[in-house]
Amino acid sequence: MDVSALATRFREILGADGADGVITDPQELRTYECDGLTSHAAVPGIVVLPTTAEQVAAIVRTCVAEGVPYVARGSGTGLSGGALPRTDGVLIVTSRMRRILEVDVPNRRAVVEPGVVNLAVTRAAAPAGYYYAPDPSSQQVCSIGGNVAENAGGAHCLKYGFTVNHILGLEVVTPDGEIVQLGNDPGYDLIGAFVGSEGTLGITTKITVRLLRAPAAVRTMLAAFDTVDAAGACVSAIIAAGVVPAAVEMMDALAIEAAEAAVACQYPAGAGAVLIVEVDGPAAEVAAESAEVERLARQAGAFEIRVAADAAERAAIWTGRKSAFAAVGRISPAYLVQDGVVPRTALPRVLGDIAALSKESGIRVANVFHAGDGNLHPLVLYDDAVAGQAARAEEVSASILQLCLAHGGSITGEHGVGVDKAGYMPKMFTDEDLDTMQLLRCAFDPHGLCNPGKVFPTPRLCGEAPGPRKGVHPLVESGQAELF
Amino acid sequence: MRTFRPATVDEVAAAMRETAGLAVTIRGAGTKRGWGPPPRASDAVLDMSGLDRIIEHAAGDMVVQVEAGVPLGRLAAAVAEAGQQLAVDIPVYDDGSSLAGGTVGGALAVAVSGPRRLRYGGLRDLLLGVTLVRADGVVAHSGGKVVKNVAGYDLGKLLTGSYGTLAAIATATLRLHPLPAATRYATVTVDTPAAAYERAAAWHASQLLPSAVELDRPAGGPITLAALFEGTADGVAARAAEAAAAVGGEVLAAPPGWFGRWPGTPDDTLLQVTALPATLPELLGAIERAADAAGLPAVVRGSTGLAILQVGLPGEAPPESVTGFLAALRAGLAGGSAVVVHSPVTDLDWWGPVNSGALALMRRVKEQFDPEHRLSPGRFVGGI
Repeated sequence: MDVSALATRFREILGADGADGVITDPQELRTYECDGLTSHAAVPGIVVLPTTAEQVAAIVRTCVAEGVPYVARGSGTGLSGGALPRTDGVLIVTSRMRRILEVDVPNRRAVVEPGVVNLAVTRAAAPAGYYYAPDPSSQQVCSIGGNVAENAGGAHCLKYGFTVNHILGLEVVTPDGEIVQLGNDPGYDLIGAFVGSEGTLGITTKITVRLLRAPAAVRTMLAAFDTVDAAGACVSAIIAAGVVPAAVEMMDALAIEAAEAAVACQYPAGAGAVLIVEVDGPAAEVAAESAEVERLARQAGAFEIRVAADAAERAAIWTGRKSAFAAVGRISPAYLVQDGVVPRTALPRVLGDIAALSKESGIRVANVFHAGDGNLHPLVLYDDAVAGQAARAEEVSASILQLCLAHGGSITGEHGVGVDKAGYMPKMFTDEDLDTMQLLRCAFDPHGLCNPGKVFPTPRLCGEAPGPRKGVHPLVESGQAELF
Repeated sequence: MRTFRPATVDEVAAAMRETAGLAVTIRGAGTKRGWGPPPRASDAVLDMSGLDRIIEHAAGDMVVQVEAGVPLGRLAAAVAEAGQQLAVDIPVYDDGSSLAGGTVGGALAVAVSGPRRLRYGGLRDLLLGVTLVRADGVVAHSGGKVVKNVAGYDLGKLLTGSYGTLAAIATATLRLHPLPAATRYATVTVDTPAAAYERAAAWHASQLLPSAVELDRPAGGPITLAALFEGTADGVAARAAEAAAAVGGEVLAAPPGWFGRWPGTPDDTLLQVTALPATLPELLGAIERAADAAGLPAVVRGSTGLAILQVGLPGEAPPESVTGFLAALRAGLAGGSAVVVHSPVTDLDWWGPVNSGALALMRRVKEQFDPEHRLSPGRFVGGI
């Protein structure tokens, strides 16, 4: 069907006040054609911007009744095409649901709507001395609803964990259009299953997050090394020594070059790699841990170590790292970002292999990544104007993921599978693994209309499971009726 | 009743296929077989204790992969040699009974939780990957062996706390933490729930970073709080001293005898009560009133940070008193839940009420994973 025909129904659902939240104008629709992964684009059939859970539920029920696929979108900062719209479907955008409903300091939690921006939660909690730990690089714009869908990480998840470790409750609209509360009662860990499901199990409409007390002390260090190898060995030594820094980030020479060109971060001249290490906690523990990190860094061959004396110096150290992705534009017309993960002890070897790949192919690779948890973000640089370079960059990018898998790692540490890496899933998982994951999908979304085509290369048909049925009637299960 | 004791993942799969059509109870060492209501049917037992290999301890990566039948105590000893720990508290009771012989699979199946959850998260937060065997004998994996990974659905979390009603956990990959160099405790005893909450809240609001803040209340008695500090020797001494001074308490080098222990014995009735942390005074009041109404002595332990309390009732208590206590407690709770962990009284509403929408989703998950309803039928919430 032509889904723009649903506009009238959606305007009724949104009511007079929200009627401008239904978009059918082709030019306006184009604004939503992709998320942060711009290489995949599709103009949505229609866009709806609801303001309440009831509206989301009514929109989903309409889609189900009409057999129309739908995709949820927050701020659209995802890097795997998880919010890539369908031309034959509805895009449900949560950016008008952006109220912080409660900052509950005594219970160390906040209740927010899905469109609330990540950093806004910390801003709201900061006056009381609290913060929201997951801090993806896009935290100034990305939404909490999107963070839940992607199980977003960030620089500090080495110590504090990912989004899933900080979600205490969810209100979701299921693919049946029901509003369901998860997390308050005993039962299966449906929050654990839902967070990171990339919008395929439903749409969050209210999120209860954990707030942490701000640490008493923070110390940020920048250590410069001659080679990537030495920096990688330093990371392995820190982890093996039992130090758990809040963050350990690495940039190689090419990434430093880009950052210098963009923001003049003034990292030590001649560095083949730098590490940014941040430790936080009670003052005495921070002093001991940072001394240990310094010792290990010198042992690994650091030729210069800078310790930030105050917040301004800390910000200066982080400037280069935080600008790195955008800065790469200064040294290359185009690039691909990968998100593979390797065991931390394998870092030096894998980085060496990536360098070899780069050399063989003539494709430059800049490395900027969360070294502490082995999460690589190689930026594969290319120029569309040079014949065949884009294709070669794709090949290098794919080879890097193969390297990660060969070392027992993962194809994605935080960006998600989306459409971008669905094709790689069979390289990491067997058919049986993928089939089993889809049992969960079928439990939530039997119609297969909720963000279809994402995560899994081939969808399962959610029919009756084969084999003899010995199922118990729900009334029997709940003890309200006897079978015999 | 037939018992299968496989030694490999393939043998688990074979046993699952061989028992097609039969109701199967999955067990590890059997230390928690009395947890949750008895299954409606159990034609066969799948004893996982034969899968007892520590497959790989990647010490440099702070990760361990084990077969599900490895006992928690043996795992703890093995990783301690590298100065590491699986940061989950092994349950010990007042009478000295320990669940250290219980298996990793069993701990995952019931999502066992203890004092240090405040700092390290629950077992689900430490689980990186699983191999599972479905009711139809299919072997599948989820997650991986790296600490950061968002590829595919996280079935490990779904299985954690599922009481063996969805699939058998065959292997688990777990994140480890360094053993702390030093520990120190601060403690204080007060008379009222309000005073206890005020002290605990002061510790939680501080920047002293306690790894646990526990309470102990003997039946009808005063309330003792204890906070655990982990870190360097100098650091924990200073932090514990500051914490003690803040509440008029004292510093201890070793934990108080009750710390991290569950009330009574494995043969008593044990309840787990969960609520919002700031409702601790009301929660303690509700437990006290329920105990008075039922005429039972109730011992209360547990964690103030997440307000997960264990309530112990004597094993010899008359069934109607236990039923009465449970009903009165649930009626007195403002939010939160009260679950029976284990009890000699089986005719109870073990799980209590569950949000109907969430329960409907759980039933559908069960229907997909175990369409014959043969894995411990009736042991889980809502009769699942």
